Amino acid sequence: MTDLRTRFQDWLPRLVLSPSLAAVLVFVYGFIAFTLYLSFTDSRMLPSYDWVGLENYSKLWGLRHWHTAIANLGIFALLYITICTAIGLTLAIFLDQKIRGEGLLRPIYLYPMALSFIVTGTAWKWFLDPGIGLEHTMHLWGWESFEFGWIKDRDMAIYTVVIAAVWQSSGFVMAMFLAGLRGIDNEILKAAQIDGASNWNLYRRIVIPLLRPAFLSAFVILSHLAVKSYDLVIALTGGGPGRATELPATFMYSYTFTRNSMGIGAASAVIMLMTIAAIMTPYLYAELKDKG
Amino acid sequence: MSHATQDTAVRTGRIARTFIYLVLLLFALFYLLPFFVMLANSLKPLSEITGGNMMALPQDWTIAPWLSAWSTAQIGVEPTGLRPYFLNSILMVVPAVAISTVIGALNGYILTKWRFRGDTVIFGLMLFSCFIPFQIVLIPMARMLGLMGLAGSTPGLVLVHVVYGIGFGTLYFRNYYAAFPTELVRAAQIDGAGFFQIFWRIMLPVSGPIAVVNIIWQFTNIWNDFLFGASFADLDSMPMTVALNNLVNSSTGVKEYNVHFAGAILAALPTLLVYIVAGRYFVRGLMAGSVKG
Amino acid sequence: MGFLDIRNVTKSYGAVEVLHQVDISVQEGEFLVLVGPSGCGKSTLLNMIAGLEGITSGEIAINGRVVNAVHPSKRNIAMVFQSYALYPNMSVAQNMTFGLEMHGVPKPERDKALKDVAALLQIEPLLDRKPGQLSGGQRQRVAMGRALVRDPDVFLFDEPLSNLDAKLRVDMRTEIKKLHEKLKTTVVYVTHDQIEALTLSTRIAVMNGGYVQQLGTPQEVYDDPANVFVASFMGSPSMNLIPARLRLNGQAAVEIADGAGQPVALPLTGTPGGAQDGDALLFGLRPEALTDTEGADRHARNIVTFRNPVDVVEPAGSDTFVTTTLGGKDAISRMRADTRLTPGQTCDFAVNMDKAVLFDPRTEQRLRLT
Ligand SMILES: Nc1ncnc2c1ncn2[C@@H]1O[C@H](COP(=O)(O)OP(=O)(O)OP(=O)(O)O)[C@@H](O)[C@H]1O
Ligand SMILES: [Mg+2]
Repeated sequence: MTDLRTRFQDWLPRLVLSPSLAAVLVFVYGFIAFTLYLSFTDSRMLPSYDWVGLENYSKLWGLRHWHTAIANLGIFALLYITICTAIGLTLAIFLDQKIRGEGLLRPIYLYPMALSFIVTGTAWKWFLDPGIGLEHTMHLWGWESFEFGWIKDRDMAIYTVVIAAVWQSSGFVMAMFLAGLRGIDNEILKAAQIDGASNWNLYRRIVIPLLRPAFLSAFVILSHLAVKSYDLVIALTGGGPGRATELPATFMYSYTFTRNSMGIGAASAVIMLMTIAAIMTPYLYAELKDKG
Repeated sequence: MSHATQDTAVRTGRIARTFIYLVLLLFALFYLLPFFVMLANSLKPLSEITGGNMMALPQDWTIAPWLSAWSTAQIGVEPTGLRPYFLNSILMVVPAVAISTVIGALNGYILTKWRFRGDTVIFGLMLFSCFIPFQIVLIPMARMLGLMGLAGSTPGLVLVHVVYGIGFGTLYFRNYYAAFPTELVRAAQIDGAGFFQIFWRIMLPVSGPIAVVNIIWQFTNIWNDFLFGASFADLDSMPMTVALNNLVNSSTGVKEYNVHFAGAILAALPTLLVYIVAGRYFVRGLMAGSVKG
Repeated sequence: MGFLDIRNVTKSYGAVEVLHQVDISVQEGEFLVLVGPSGCGKSTLLNMIAGLEGITSGEIAINGRVVNAVHPSKRNIAMVFQSYALYPNMSVAQNMTFGLEMHGVPKPERDKALKDVAALLQIEPLLDRKPGQLSGGQRQRVAMGRALVRDPDVFLFDEPLSNLDAKLRVDMRTEIKKLHEKLKTTVVYVTHDQIEALTLSTRIAVMNGGYVQQLGTPQEVYDDPANVFVASFMGSPSMNLIPARLRLNGQAAVEIADGAGQPVALPLTGTPGGAQDGDALLFGLRPEALTDTEGADRHARNIVTFRNPVDVVEPAGSDTFVTTTLGGKDAISRMRADTRLTPGQTCDFAVNMDKAVLFDPRTEQRLRLT
């Protein structure tokens, strides 16, 4: 009945979409399955297919390095998300006050986002180096007692990662909040002022609650960036001093490719994926449901 | 995501405004300082760095560190400078961006204008793939590239970036095309245009803005990538970021900070340039990364 | 068999059936209007005729050919969309000839068709502009022009006037009507505006909830509605539906409560078949059949008058609408513009019983007089 051309046209869209779908199914979901499988095997330097059950996971959780990595990720993610959000929100609210030169300030806040984490790491590594960076400069300027050696300090080095990461991402959070602020109906603000709300109350009671979607988006983006953080640590501290700034991402890489413990590396990757999935899935699900 | 020029109706007092300007300027300083320091010190001789003040402008201006970073610095074992790796990055970025833009556009077009049962699930699968930690695919990808004979090659990296760029490309184009009236596609169908004719003649001519967003996004991401480069490239295909890291972290010899900074700026230059030229679209791309279209 | 036949067509999205057993036959040169409230399935039906939506069951035939499986571009139809759907990147001329180009019509012929249609619609000066540089009315014309150059068997319109402002809408309505009278092409036209439906159509299909409620000429649909839905949907202000009782002792009559709650008997011109004395009814009366005594239709044979208080007076330019209470509900009466009534007054109302219609309040179906 149906003429050929019509039937072909009906199938063409699905045909054109299928390579992408196949690629995603193989390279994303297939690979996830493969890694998941490897995490249950005794793979070392090369993948092996001998099933060892949960052994890698129990080994993993017994490793001090992994505990360091997880603790670091906790500290890093918490501070990174909170500080970026705080700075981003403050800058956005301040920029939204009919600021002269906004057009100049905005790109300054945002440009670090265009840089590679390797570049950011290189810059900050040196800036924070006590021998030639900030500390040295302060000494030259006559502040002899100034000390800032966190990057060489096992206990404090993770905070330097936070500083560099905040430097890179907070401008972007500012842009998200600024867009949110600009999207708020001015009449609501005028109404609140007529109701006698002070600026403080205006923001606390009306504006910030209205920014809920921006908070949510910022949280989702920042938390997934935190879990994926790899390059910055490599460039800034190389995971050191010692292994003090190890994160799950660097842990996975070194166990898989330099320590020949692919099974454990795979297990750590699975845990990273599950962490991100726990954050992203509800968010994406809600987004997709809205859009139908 | 309109950057409407309307400002808030909030009124602030004089002292408050001074405070606001102060904070804003301090942060501007915070964001500018590391880059300024890098730039200033890349133009100093090494002795001036180790002995002098990093905040100071060069006394003895020199472009030697830049020349060294570009063509003679030791990367790994070879004194090649960053030049070959810059070229590697270009050879990787250009095809990868081009291909993933075409794929993204087609996918977005299909998922909005040729909807079928299950398309939302497919889109969901693609979308989720944007956010996975790439560590989860490193091991099988290394094997797959080996099997395909693409291990350690630039085409291999192109493939990797194209595959993991599908999600974002599709997301951008889908959100953009969703706002494009479906009636136009129906009118074209009645006019007798087929699937590809509608794409070429009706959709593509209006896709400029989102294509720019996608190109900038993919370009920035792929250029700045380190993980895939470090995992899958060999010496001949190593991208700029990996080479820079090798330059900076090579353990041999004196640390030539000025050369490192020149190299870092060289590595940042293309994306900074894109950002300066098309910052508006760059922001839009970043924001679309938060899914809200 | 008509020129465009819709035979027992249904449409389902998944498990939800949105069109039920639609059966319409359109003659060549007819102007069929599909009218109904939002979501009733008008656009769905039109899109099925166009081939833009699949047909779940049933058949659609155009010019004797079943087109269920025929691609939209091969059905020899043209469609004008609500948003006009002009290609934003093409000039007006390119927009209009795109379809011909896709069908492989040679350039000289395309130019000729373009010239003729542009002249017909008086849009020659616009041909080089982009759609973005046109006003709403001009876009509307171009959209029609694009349909006209195709010289199709059937024109399909989906709410083509709803994006225009009120004045322009009336002008374009007249223009479409003129065009149809000149070209005599078969038209299927979707609207939710019942005035558009009444003025343009040769026949109307009133739809609700995926069912065709009534199919008939504008006159039939307006004067002789098949059920309560059609009666209240068509006409503005809509038909008064007054709760009443049937009286069969003596002459058949409906009994309604006047403003004071006292019964008033209005004699009928026949008896509703199967009904019993005392049955509850809905008594349908168009505002123009409820007037003051001077305004009553002089050709009417059965006029009944009674006194009732005036509640609200609303001048509307050419008419004045007077609200009164009948059967415990507001009833609207259409009077001449120069009426002097004020609220609180009582007035003699004249009911034109020739135009009265009765409905069964339970089934909401029409009760016909015999
Ligand atoms: N793709 C779809 N999937 C599910 N239901 C649909 C779909 N398209 C339309 N419907 C449903 O079919 C019914 C008829 O829709 P249709 O667009 O034909 O209404 P309409 O009469 O044209 O209304 P309007 O005047 O608002 O344009 C509606 O209830 C609508 O929700
Ligand atoms: Mg409709």
